[in-house]
Amino acid sequence: MARLFEYQGKEILKRAGFTIPDGKVCTSPEETEETAKKLGGTVAVKAQVWVTGRKAKGLIRFCKTPEAAREAAEELLGQVVNNFPIEKLLVEKLLEVDRELFAAIIIDDAEAQPVVIFSSLGGSGIEETARKHPEAVARKHIDLKVGLRDFEARELVRKTTLDRSHYNKAAATLVKLYKAARLTETRSIEINPLIITKDGQWVAADCHATVDDYAVFRHPELGIEIARELDHPITTLERLAYGVEKSDYRGTFYFFQIIQDIPEAGKNTQGEDIIGFHGAGGGGSMISMDSLGKTNFAIANFCDTSGNPPASKVYRAAKIILAQGPIRGYFASGSGVASQEQFHSARGFLKAFRELGLSVPAVIRLGGNKEEVAIEILKTHLADIGVPVEAYGKDDSAVSCAERLRALVDGGPYSPIGPDPISNPDPPEKPYAFKTLTGQWTVDHAKCASCDKKPCVDACHPNILELDDGKVVLNITAEEAAKGRCTECLACEIACWAEAKKAIKIDLPIPGLDEYLAEKEVVQEVS
Amino acid sequence: MSILVNKDSRVCVQGITGREGMTRARLMTEYGTSVVAGVTPGKGGQEVLDVPVFDTMFEAMAATKDQGGIDISVLFIPAPLVKSAAIEAIEAGVKFLVIVPDRVPIWDVMEIADAAKEYEASFLGPNTLGCLSVDQAVLGMMGGTARSAKDFFKPGKVGVSSRSGGITSSIAYYLSKAGIGLTTICHVGGDVIIGLPHSEVVKRFQEDPETEVIVMFGEIGTSQEERVADLMMKKEVTKPVVAYIGGKGAKEGTRFSHAGAIIEGGKGTREGKIQALKAAGAHLVEDFVDIPKVTSEVLKSLEKPE
Ligand code: SF4
Ligand code: SF4
Repeated sequence: MARLFEYQGKEILKRAGFTIPDGKVCTSPEETEETAKKLGGTVAVKAQVWVTGRKAKGLIRFCKTPEAAREAAEELLGQVVNNFPIEKLLVEKLLEVDRELFAAIIIDDAEAQPVVIFSSLGGSGIEETARKHPEAVARKHIDLKVGLRDFEARELVRKTTLDRSHYNKAAATLVKLYKAARLTETRSIEINPLIITKDGQWVAADCHATVDDYAVFRHPELGIEIARELDHPITTLERLAYGVEKSDYRGTFYFFQIIQDIPEAGKNTQGEDIIGFHGAGGGGSMISMDSLGKTNFAIANFCDTSGNPPASKVYRAAKIILAQGPIRGYFASGSGVASQEQFHSARGFLKAFRELGLSVPAVIRLGGNKEEVAIEILKTHLADIGVPVEAYGKDDSAVSCAERLRALVDGGPYSPIGPDPISNPDPPEKPYAFKTLTGQWTVDHAKCASCDKKPCVDACHPNILELDDGKVVLNITAEEAAKGRCTECLACEIACWAEAKKAIKIDLPIPGLDEYLAEKEVVQEVS
Repeated sequence: MSILVNKDSRVCVQGITGREGMTRARLMTEYGTSVVAGVTPGKGGQEVLDVPVFDTMFEAMAATKDQGGIDISVLFIPAPLVKSAAIEAIEAGVKFLVIVPDRVPIWDVMEIADAAKEYEASFLGPNTLGCLSVDQAVLGMMGGTARSAKDFFKPGKVGVSSRSGGITSSIAYYLSKAGIGLTTICHVGGDVIIGLPHSEVVKRFQEDPETEVIVMFGEIGTSQEERVADLMMKKEVTKPVVAYIGGKGAKEGTRFSHAGAIIEGGKGTREGKIQALKAAGAHLVEDFVDIPKVTSEVLKSLEKPE
């Protein structure tokens, strides 16, 4: 679930009609000082980070003067909290507090219903309050059909120690909060504290909210770039991977880096070999990663291509995994008995490994539907690349495959042949091309003229290629091909490369990857 | 016997004219599922794999009424449209849904759950590969093709319930290969809110006379496995449960909202699940590859009366 910063949560509340303290998001000491001056009096300088209990951790500072605010900003900005540097500060006018309350709407997964929680004591963590002062806390499941109605909210707040003079206002606040949660599709939204000021105003002084990742697409107003919870700031490669996933709805592709800077030797400080990991399916990936731990490998990244991804997606994933740096091996392993046809993944691996010139040993465990074909593809077409690539199926466990990789990594050095693309890099003499869903398909008809077997046509299972006077062409419209009738299965390109004239070239760009690699190269040269 | 689906279940495929819908409808019919209708708004009147296509669920229901109507609907529909399609099926009178797509927004799932409760219907998923009753019928995409599904899964006495799709078929395959046959295998779905969590599936296995042992693949997060332990403690589930909980290597998520912890009451950790299940008498498997071994021991112990 996507976590929101305090200021983002407060924007939701503001849209829903809540009063929030006067203030502004600042990104520099100068701006902080300026803002403090404008607000006047004592201000709170609040680090925008994803932790609770910020006050105790020194991440909220109360500053009496603009100069003090500036100093606080200087100290806070750039500080790293849970791997994330502080980039933003929320600078707010200090409130004159009379009472602190708590209000939240949370989704109860087990009951599949939202819950409203209200406490007449706010400020500290609600778990603690519930333990120490159970009489102050009340909660209730909400019927989605009718929502939270004001009389229900009044009945709820009546069960706490809140003074009855506040019942109406508290109930209205809860109803408003529920509406905000429903409208924004939050997983949880929590106001703590909800403050009654000395002059009787109800103000949301802090806000923690998380939004349902799957609903983010309906909420451009939240400005969430990547709906995914990472434990570190997003890296360039992760951003590229997310771009690939977003632009291709077929199957999932989930990638994140566990080791962000791989040392030149490809080993971590414990001397373990760092390897690239490519899983398929959550459960299978987990078991496969466990098996790597048992064989003393360190894992550079998590990657999951599953849910019936096309070959093109697996190809891009493999390229991104290899772009991470000097890994010592490549391990692909999923559940072992997948429902999807495994040869799609095999073709993706094949194209990526040849094009990039795989330089480390790889073990690919492609168990499941049509695994024989998949294993055959890898065995025949990667036998000559100078590094071992072994392929296994459902009858080989993840552990035994990890042990194979161990043996291969220990068995080096190898002499990789380097990049040897499966398509001819020369510009075609007589090009014929069409767009695919995420790339471009090109053939050189000059080469087709001397091809007698024409294996590309048979290789195309979706049956969209035909011969026209000896030349291969589409038998559907270019629009249909571009909309996904060409499944980017790569079968034609591989058939033409292996059995004919290397006339087909399927371009599957990853926007930004070349720039990333070029930049990395420069950095390496400099250092 | 079996749970959730059998050879007589009358099944409808919502989204049958789409890429995924058509491929999976073929798997289902070839395996033996009785697919009696398809629904795609705007595409009524056609036939897909000899199955009549209707524009709406109500129309499909009415048209098939004389032959016995529709018991189950399987959805292959883009996630943003799932809510409407699911509630349509429920209100049209379908009692069991299999919601295959993932990324269905959580508030939509809650609305579906609400409608299901009102109409006394239930649903598997979202984000599920479906379920399969060996040699009878399959719902969703379990097994990939009818051929491989027939090859992989053999009939017998063990029911499988899993939080991971790929692992559902892996466990089922490795059990079959070890000579341990199956009744129904079921992927409960990968999302946090799902229609039939482990506890519900296990309850159905308990009622199924053919199922003698239940194999469960759990994961960290949610309270599903703890609820199975509760059922065992209360003796509502008395059949032996063999359980594996994945996620040893996974970091426990640091919680952002304290209020969430109140509701979950400390549930969700791998350790907590293992403790709860052990205390309830489940057979915990440490190493994934040992699942067949442990299951076969449990089956053997059932044979000789103590
Ligand atoms: S196999 Fe290659 S060379 Fe032969 S017809 Fe097809 S594209 Fe042309
Ligand atoms: S043209 Fe056919 S074989 Fe080639 S990638 Fe497209 S679908 Fe696959």
